[in-house]
Amino acid sequence: MIAIVDYGVGNLFSLKSSLAAIGAEAIVTGDADVLRQADKIILPGVGAFGDAAAKLRATGLDTVVIEEAKAGKPLMGICLGMQMLFEKSYEYGEHDGLGLIRGAVRPIDDLTKGTMKIPHIGWNALAFPEGKEKDPVFRYINEGDHVYFVHSFCGVDCDDALIAYTDYGAKITAAVADGNVCGMQFHPEKSGKVGLAILAAFCGCDPASIGK
Amino acid sequence: MVTKRIIPCLDVRDGRVVKGTNFLDLHDVSSPVSLAKYYSDCGADELVFYDITASAEGRGLFTEILTEVASTIFIPLTVGGGINTVADFDRVLKCGADKVSVNSGAIRNPSLIGEAAKKYGDQCVVLSVDVKRVDGKFTVFAKGGRENTGIDAIEWIRRGVDAGAGEIVLNSIDTDGVKGGFDLEMLDAVCRVVSVPVIASGGAGKIEDFVTLFNTLPKVDAGLAASIFHFGEVKIPDLKQALKDAGIPARI
Repeated sequence: MIAIVDYGVGNLFSLKSSLAAIGAEAIVTGDADVLRQADKIILPGVGAFGDAAAKLRATGLDTVVIEEAKAGKPLMGICLGMQMLFEKSYEYGEHDGLGLIRGAVRPIDDLTKGTMKIPHIGWNALAFPEGKEKDPVFRYINEGDHVYFVHSFCGVDCDDALIAYTDYGAKITAAVADGNVCGMQFHPEKSGKVGLAILAAFCGCDPASIGK
Repeated sequence: MVTKRIIPCLDVRDGRVVKGTNFLDLHDVSSPVSLAKYYSDCGADELVFYDITASAEGRGLFTEILTEVASTIFIPLTVGGGINTVADFDRVLKCGADKVSVNSGAIRNPSLIGEAAKKYGDQCVVLSVDVKRVDGKFTVFAKGGRENTGIDAIEWIRRGVDAGAGEIVLNSIDTDGVKGGFDLEMLDAVCRVVSVPVIASGGAGKIEDFVTLFNTLPKVDAGLAASIFHFGEVKIPDLKQALKDAGIPARI
């Protein structure tokens, strides 16, 4: 069973529906015991980093997510949920993240220096770092497949944890992973068949069964 | 590089798509779910559902079908029509919409843009504007283009973006329905004053109109149209291929 962490941030309708579409059994929950019992955890999130991190801490679920991840349970962060996996964010101030992925979150504009529209909205192509084996979460994905992004901040200095990037006036972190923990900056639940195939890989479902 | 988006717009009344289509391979051409799936499979990058229902009952049907579409189609969905309050945002977002488009509701109550952006984020608020030239000036029209508000369109759009609108849909009444191409002059004037994505609407009649749009105005992010897609005059896979052949980034 996949647990989607509900801490009062964002709309979980599409994420829940997309997991149903790939045949994964999922539950939206704010219950620490359910997270502990789940086979895998998805940490979603939209909005501002500071607010979302404060809400997650207020529920006490941050420590559960960290404990479960450190015990080896597969964890996927999506969009702001991915950014929260990092050590720090510099979105309107300085905030601590969960520290599960090395690196920090900074404005895209720090990299693109006014040359690109912010936020980065739309479909952009995934590229994989050279000389590195493709991460298993992308096993059904080809380089150049498009996914849907909506964000103004991005992960930086993630070194080896970088598993995919996209070109938006600079190399922008699209996905990160470290062992059992991964994060997607884009929205797999809004990225059509490509997104569903990524979720299927994470959930251990067969992408050939999508939509059947 | 981020691709140029192609967005079909579906008008919905009492839970059914109106305007008709001639897709022979669809069993139910006015089922929002069948049409949404068809467009998603064809490569549409996003869908806009515009609720033209007048009654409260019809509005209930709209949210029902929206829920069904959002459970079936996993590309971004924008909803417009009858959005007058933050409660209206809440109603459609709960049913799976990703973005909400405001038009006349924001003209009646300009603070709606800021309130919604604060609650749901800028990326969620789309400002849709119907614009017509009046004495040579770009002027905002309300109520589906029937009422001249006298408001300067460029100033209105600039204020909307300052208040938190994350995208602009610019519908030119002057070119709408003419099928002679998008209103490049009007789009250029808007692109010069805003830094958020601009979606062109009104005037597309053929594939070349989209190629001309993105070649002439690289700052335009997306092209929106309704009947040319519904009637099959422009087929989305052909359009995407033509964009790619012209060196314009497109998702295929």
